[in-house]
Amino acid sequence: MRTQSDKIVIRLEGITRVYKVGVERIHALDGVDLELRENEYVAIMGPSGSGKSTLMNVLGCLDRVSSGRYELDGQNTTGMGDAALARVRNERIGFVFQSFELLSRSSALRNVEMPLIYSRNGWWSRRKRALQMLERVGLGDRVKHRPNQLSGGEKQRVAIARALICNPSILLADEPTGNLDSKTSEDILTLFDQLHAEGQTIILVTHEESVARHAKRIIRMKDGRINSDLSTEEDQTRRGSLVAELGKVTK
Amino acid sequence: MKAVFAFPLVFFRLFYQSVYLALTQIWANKTRSVLTTLGIVIGVASVTAVIAALTGLKAKILTQVETLGTNTIFIGPRAPDRGPMSHANWWQLRFRPEQFDDVLDHCPSLAVLSRIGGVGRRTVRCGEQSVDNVEIQGIEPAFHQIEHRPVILGRIFSPIDDEQSRQVCLIEPKLRDKLRMHHDCVGETLRIGSTAFVVVGVIEARPQMNFGDSGRERYEVFIPFKTLKKLGEPFTWAMASGRSAETLEDAQAELKFFLRRTRNIRPGQPDTFDVQSLQNALATFNKIAVIVTMVAGGIVGISLLVGGVGIMNIMLVSVSERTREIGLRKAVGARRSAILTQFMIESVTLCFFGGLVGIGLGQLLTMAIANIPQVKLDLAHIPLWAIGISFGFAGIVGICFGMVPAIKAARLDPIEALRHE
Repeated sequence: MRTQSDKIVIRLEGITRVYKVGVERIHALDGVDLELRENEYVAIMGPSGSGKSTLMNVLGCLDRVSSGRYELDGQNTTGMGDAALARVRNERIGFVFQSFELLSRSSALRNVEMPLIYSRNGWWSRRKRALQMLERVGLGDRVKHRPNQLSGGEKQRVAIARALICNPSILLADEPTGNLDSKTSEDILTLFDQLHAEGQTIILVTHEESVARHAKRIIRMKDGRINSDLSTEEDQTRRGSLVAELGKVTK
Repeated sequence: MKAVFAFPLVFFRLFYQSVYLALTQIWANKTRSVLTTLGIVIGVASVTAVIAALTGLKAKILTQVETLGTNTIFIGPRAPDRGPMSHANWWQLRFRPEQFDDVLDHCPSLAVLSRIGGVGRRTVRCGEQSVDNVEIQGIEPAFHQIEHRPVILGRIFSPIDDEQSRQVCLIEPKLRDKLRMHHDCVGETLRIGSTAFVVVGVIEARPQMNFGDSGRERYEVFIPFKTLKKLGEPFTWAMASGRSAETLEDAQAELKFFLRRTRNIRPGQPDTFDVQSLQNALATFNKIAVIVTMVAGGIVGISLLVGGVGIMNIMLVSVSERTREIGLRKAVGARRSAILTQFMIESVTLCFFGGLVGIGLGQLLTMAIANIPQVKLDLAHIPLWAIGISFGFAGIVGICFGMVPAIKAARLDPIEALRHE
């Protein structure tokens, strides 16, 4: 088991993201500063429209920022072209989506090895690595199954295996339990805990408190800014007091 | 050094994966793929079938030419396009046998010449058996040097047969069998009309290619040219052989000059006869073949165009169906070029698949054509270059019409694509 190191994986400095809708300018991100160290387990929370999806897209190098600086593994990604960003996504970022996004006609194994098609190395050993990954998420016996032969939880495990196959610096999970029942959600979150224990840096985007509580640090977004950024214990006590206060007011 | 090898390797991997993906995609949408490629299939099938038929026709004609001899010249009467003789009847235009007298002395490029006469079709009898509509041809002994039709049994005509107007004949094996004569029928007698003839030999039949006659058996009986007069007034023409292929045109010119004089055609008046070589005929055939190929090519072009639009349509459907998949691929690190390659290869593979089915269908069509006895195209086959061209065009269609959908796919924004319903 590894302990949290001091190596900074992500550094955001004054990130803004402005959309133009007609003549109106919408500030989806309005000056976000953030630092994430290796092996952190962070939950990003916030109501819809708070900018958490945009932040997620920026962190995943899917979206470009309007201004500011984003360093991933000490590498500035802000000025990169499409091809370079594709490579960063391939090598450093693993995505887990709410609706799994598996290729319905391919087996679990093929789904997991898919990112290696686009990778510089690892193509020749893709089968071996995909098998290892499926083993790691507990699906060693479901290798040949297609997504429609798998349960929701199993599908999400396949997706996690796929996200991990390129050994990413960060695992980005967007509402990973959004389509799952509470029992399966708990299983998936246990898997995340286990991955975190093994040293994986995880960023979780969610609006469920129970899911966020698994993380070690909770970032709350509001109007495109970070509203609070606390460790889970601090966050929970503060929230507890807020709830208590709210209770008094309603009384 | 590593970077130098990296590019082709990456491309090969991408290529391999794309072909694999394209094949699974086609397999997954079997019906759709077949319907989509119908245009290509029909285009390729028709072009290969047309080319196969033309190839068969050409092969047939070439065997015919070989039998007749490549240096053969045909001389026959023909009404000119203008002048007083343009409305003359065949009687006025006919060749009189003496018009060919001493022709070889005046035409040094000519090796041999045989007058040939016809009296139309007659009934041939032998004992109880009779065959109607047998072509009676009067030939001179030189005929045997012109047309390459070996006499299988017995002997060829000798100059004496002709000079003495002997009542002898050469028959074809099929006629012999039809008349139920002995296999070795030399010396037996048959009757043409009421005149008796002694069979002196069996001559090999000409390879059949009478397109008009729709396969009905046609028999020929040869008798000496001078004997022909006994059966009626003959229609005379001539076949000749040039000394060599190079001097064939000289031979034709000499013949024309000679015949204009013997037929008393005044200077300035058009010829009342025709001097044709097989090479002229072959050149005409080639011209026609080119025209047919071009017309067929045009039709095929249209069908490939329609097929291409079909491919484009289905590829656009495929791109919008798989928008989320494209978004996912981009998210896990696929570059634009990778997505572009994938969809281009899918469309090209689809077209190749269509081309393959089309060639199969063309092969079936060709076999069907070759097996219709009336058409006489049993030599029809698809040449390799036609297969190459078919695949080439199918590929070009795939590239041209797959371009727009593939670019559309490559340009998709991954965030938008993943949000697509």
